[in-house]
Amino acid sequence: MFLDSHTHMVSRTTDDYERMASAGVVACIEPAFWLGQPRTNVGSYIDYLSLICGFERFRAGQFGLRHYCTVGLNPKEANNEELAEAVLEILPRYALKEGVVAIGELGYDEQTALEDKYFRAQLELAKELALPVMIHTPHRDKRQGTLRSMAVALEHKLDPSFVVIDHNNEETVREVLERGFWAAFSIYPFTKMGNERMVEIVRAYGAERIFCDSACDWGVSDPLAVPKTAELMRRGGISEDAIEKVTYLNPLAAYGKSGQIKEDDWLNPAPIDQRTLYMGNSVLRGGQTPKVGAAARADSAALGDLKIV
Amino acid sequence: MTSPKRTPQELLSSWVVARSSAAAADWFLGQIERLKSSPTEKDIYLALGYTTRKLGKSDLELKAEERAAAAAARPYWDPSDWSVDQAARIVFVLAGQTRDSKAFKTRLETLFNTADVWELIAFYRGLPLYPNAVEHVARAREGTRSAMQPIFEAVAHRNPFPMEQFDENAWNHMVLKALFIGSKLAPILGLDERANPHLMRMLCDYAHERWAAQRPVSPELWRCVGPHADAAALEDLGRVLATGAKLERQAAALALASARNPEAERRLRGVPDLDEAVRAGTIRWIDIARG
Repeated sequence: MFLDSHTHMVSRTTDDYERMASAGVVACIEPAFWLGQPRTNVGSYIDYLSLICGFERFRAGQFGLRHYCTVGLNPKEANNEELAEAVLEILPRYALKEGVVAIGELGYDEQTALEDKYFRAQLELAKELALPVMIHTPHRDKRQGTLRSMAVALEHKLDPSFVVIDHNNEETVREVLERGFWAAFSIYPFTKMGNERMVEIVRAYGAERIFCDSACDWGVSDPLAVPKTAELMRRGGISEDAIEKVTYLNPLAAYGKSGQIKEDDWLNPAPIDQRTLYMGNSVLRGGQTPKVGAAARADSAALGDLKIV
Repeated sequence: MTSPKRTPQELLSSWVVARSSAAAADWFLGQIERLKSSPTEKDIYLALGYTTRKLGKSDLELKAEERAAAAAARPYWDPSDWSVDQAARIVFVLAGQTRDSKAFKTRLETLFNTADVWELIAFYRGLPLYPNAVEHVARAREGTRSAMQPIFEAVAHRNPFPMEQFDENAWNHMVLKALFIGSKLAPILGLDERANPHLMRMLCDYAHERWAAQRPVSPELWRCVGPHADAAALEDLGRVLATGAKLERQAAALALASARNPEAERRLRGVPDLDEAVRAGTIRWIDIARG
């Protein structure tokens, strides 16, 4: 079983859901982010947050995947002050929705004053509601941005065990682990991490508080990144225990602190969930049967090319 | 103890309390008091947000006398498949009722617009309990347009709101959509009372569409065809009698029996085994719906 803790499924097709399910991904987390272009008003945010708490969750359930999300104002759009103020106002409506496992993605993009202001305001909201935080570390000036994100989280007295630092690389991992935060790695071609590098990270740092995700979205990315990386770790001689931590147990422990994601959700779902979230067929049109049940361990041949560089 | 004189809110509250720990019940009752005074927007969202965390989401599993009390408190109200969190959320929504029905409606719309799947199911199930029913018709129709089957069913199934408030076009499209998405007709309240010639025609056209594509036709479809069957519909029923599978033939026989015209009777008499079973009451729509 795999848990992909960073997926933008609103940009993915039903084929992706089918492939993920058959590769053994039992649950995915959809962090709120931008759309690839900036939103122009708060109504657009409201509909997006409703979508990831609503229809996308339902859609995933039709393919046997449990879907969770994070809600928050992302750093790019924090630079539109009028929008940012309005989003901060409506966030409390969403923060306690079912399946919301964190406030996020938060952090910095260009490390502007406005990004800093709204990052801090949302850290306070997460603290008030005892929710974990997902921090997106910047693409540019990454190391400084990562260090600053952690310093600000500590300044606001957040417990590092409630904070996931995502999109790490070789240059950031040591300091993240030293400070007690969770270190997530997005296996995303060209711009973030390749999975052979990921194998070496686990070899060097072990599996404590480390996990990987796909960050699959509208760009060239791979929704099978987590099962592929697991297989690559296996071939690289990483222990089964470590693989399970990095691809399943650690993200479950980190986001499980919200109380909104637990193994029972997919292993032993409540009867009312089975009647509703797993029973509909409006996505599986024309009488197709929903694929329910935990997928078997991935057949590595079916994963195709394992390497993501 | 429940008594027929209690309001739906009182019943829902008592069911939630009876199924919760002392601490959870205290939290629940405290929230009701808070929402009855002048709550902030955040109070409302946090109460609704904490509902499943504090109270869980197990089924209410109402006892027979509790179901009877529900129907006595509000005619045709059937909360038999509600869960604890749904009951609590509707109590919270109703706790904010004031004499200003416009304010209630505005707040309810905001709640709908920012709801997650669970809340949507609860809020739509609550439709028959909201004041000024006619103000909520557009919202109910929005629910029947949902691409999420459990949302559609929260409006369509075991809910007296559509039967009481939908105009003919809305009603007909709800019934047709139920078939289209593979949902059952039997749990729709008022199915026989609201049958009409236009729906009969829509359903027969749909059956022809399915036949042309060599796709199966739900036997439940014929339930809404029988009472207003015209000559063409009787031909269709004859075709089902002649070529259908067992449940389809049973459905066609029941439909013919509900048509109450000489041609329908003649066709039914042509299949003595089914004719006899219909008269004996051994064929029932509820069994056909179960498949």
